[in-house]
Amino acid sequence: MKYTRVDGKNNKHKVLIYAISTCAWCKMTKKFLNDSEIQYEYVDVDMTSDEDHEKIKQHILNRGGELSYPTIIVDDRVVITGFRKDKIKEALEI
Amino acid sequence: MTQSVIARQRAESDARTNGCYLNPDKDFLDDLFQGIVKNEERYGYPLCPCRLATGKLDFDADVICPCIYRDIDVLEYGCCYCALYVRKDVYEGKTTIGPISERRPKELQIRAYGTAGQTAKPSPVSIGTLSEKPKEMASENLAQPTEVNRKAWYCRQCGYVSYREIPPYICPICKAKQEMFARLEIGADFRG
Repeated sequence: MKYTRVDGKNNKHKVLIYAISTCAWCKMTKKFLNDSEIQYEYVDVDMTSDEDHEKIKQHILNRGGELSYPTIIVDDRVVITGFRKDKIKEALEI
Repeated sequence: MTQSVIARQRAESDARTNGCYLNPDKDFLDDLFQGIVKNEERYGYPLCPCRLATGKLDFDADVICPCIYRDIDVLEYGCCYCALYVRKDVYEGKTTIGPISERRPKELQIRAYGTAGQTAKPSPVSIGTLSEKPKEMASENLAQPTEVNRKAWYCRQCGYVSYREIPPYICPICKAKQEMFARLEIGADFRG
């Protein structure tokens, strides 16, 4: 699976975004993290294979998330569904 | 005329017909239309830009923009799932919106994950997990995907006509409930 890493000054937490390449909310989420200089990785789920879809589904559901995008996973523990700025800020301590 | 302009005109026309508005945030709207056009190129139909597709029309029919969940989402939350369509007070800047919960039943969402071995003919799916009460009429109609877009429903209260597989959950014009919709029989008589 292709993870794209975006470098940022703040790498205190491990941040992963599952996104859809055409999704405006996902784009806003990435922009927010870019503007906040957060380091993160993302996967555009619609650009991955069927096999990867299954892995992504399991990853999200196993951590109590929903199959909605963007899904932001912080430190492989905290799952945030949707571009919820307050929750993202809280999880990233910014 | 670019595909994005065509998609916008189509959405504007649909919003006018259905008593809702397009998102007033121009940049956000541009992103959405770009996504819809990209999906139309990829799949052959304007799939919701914020949802994962199977690429199989029968599986994706309910989330082709405008999705069948739009009217009730706009009414309840002020915007549809991707926020392309909004309610009047949101359009006028009186209410702000954020991401909303996915109303699409999980059994429909899950089809986009590993459908390679599945046939393109979906089994009938009940929409009983919607927050609205399940409608026998609706699940009966979902069982016949080949008749998508050939059905018409009219609101017995205001006369609004909806060309959809199932009637709207709520009338976008007079807010009557789904029960107020009746099937509109369309026929042609070619006798002289």
